[in-house]
Amino acid sequence: MKLPITMIVNGETWPLDVEPNEVLLDVIRNRVGAKGAKIGCERGDCGTCTVLFDGRSIRSCLMLAVEADGHEIITVEGIPENGVLSNLQDLFISHNSFQCGFCAPGIVLGAHELLRDNPNPSRHDVQHALAGNLCRCTGYEPILDAVMAAAEEARS
Amino acid sequence: MAIAHQFAYQKVATLDEAVEAITRAGPDARILAGGTDLVPWLRDDAIHPDLVVDIKAIDGLNTISLEGDHIFLGPLVTFSDLLTSDLVHDHLPILFEMADTVASPGIRNRATVIGNICSAVPSCDAGPTLLVLDTSVAVLGPAGARTVPIEEWFLGPHKTALAGGEIVTGLSIPIPPPPHGAIYLKLQRYQGEDLSQAGVTVLVTGDNDFRVAFGAVGPIPARAHAVEETLNGRELTDELIAAAVGLVPGAISPITDMRATKEYRARICEVMLERGLPAAVARRDGTGPAYGTRLI
Repeated sequence: MKLPITMIVNGETWPLDVEPNEVLLDVIRNRVGAKGAKIGCERGDCGTCTVLFDGRSIRSCLMLAVEADGHEIITVEGIPENGVLSNLQDLFISHNSFQCGFCAPGIVLGAHELLRDNPNPSRHDVQHALAGNLCRCTGYEPILDAVMAAAEEARS
Repeated sequence: MAIAHQFAYQKVATLDEAVEAITRAGPDARILAGGTDLVPWLRDDAIHPDLVVDIKAIDGLNTISLEGDHIFLGPLVTFSDLLTSDLVHDHLPILFEMADTVASPGIRNRATVIGNICSAVPSCDAGPTLLVLDTSVAVLGPAGARTVPIEEWFLGPHKTALAGGEIVTGLSIPIPPPPHGAIYLKLQRYQGEDLSQAGVTVLVTGDNDFRVAFGAVGPIPARAHAVEETLNGRELTDELIAAAVGLVPGAISPITDMRATKEYRARICEVMLERGLPAAVARRDGTGPAYGTRLI
């Protein structure tokens, strides 16, 4: 039986009817059309489906869509302001942090959350925060470099 | 991959309503809190509930509070909540250390401590630590409220003392009298999104009362009473550590799986106890590594 829910995705209100067994990730991608959240392992291991749920990173593959009723979701599409990439995103580009880019949405959101909560992270803090986001292209170092650079620029 | 199994979803406003709903629906009903185990099990077709009861709309279930000489954790307390709680830092920093090893922020922001012990996976991180702390599990069911000591909680992989229609309403964790020191050592293949290959929590009090529990090396996380009896009341020396380590094989029953062989698990448990005992004592005495420092 379909259940009516309302969720806010990247600032837009989305009233939807969802089945109890619909997964949040699928609804965000297929119904809302925010394809930034990627379908990876679908068991919480890889981090590429990460979204911010009421401001905190969660695995959207591990949530039912009905659980999002009344809550606010930010996908990677919601990070730029007025179409302008965040400084963190610019630094990911200038550091060549990503190659195929499949992990990028999760890493952008995870790093965004980290820098918001801890503006002065050590390299270990960044590793720890992104430990659940798998990347198979660039070997992580240029990702860590970009996050550290973003933290440094925010402080200066 | 979508979830193929169809089920009804009910959001409840009170714990009594939750008990009523799962009692009525029978043994195939499931409680949904963080969902980080429930959703993949549904996707894998490992469970087939007729009804999923979401308790996240119930007010006040994410409480961490100090009640006399106990810390109380509500059913919606997540691992991230343990990491940011001043009460946890001040009174039971071992809970912080344990929570810091669980998965990654995206899981910790959602996964609940009580969900962890209800799933009762042999490698569950909360198990050994709640065991050494002599935690009481508060349960509510059709026949009323009762309390289950954590040592009687785990019955087997995915099996707990929870009876039909019952839900867990909180954990009451006695704060050991200060000074105490504790450590949770967790071996993973890599530091990130991995389950425990083997884990041990050691707790020591001011009068050298030792408590030791292992995880991921038996069907359930379990206290190592023979190890504790050898240690209790004695000053920790190299000889005493060796004697305790000698009892490890009798305290665990590891298996071989994709994460490690039973031989490796058995050996690493000895190494972890050898390192964990002096580290717990050093923490008690104020000279140990900060909580959260990885020794393995």
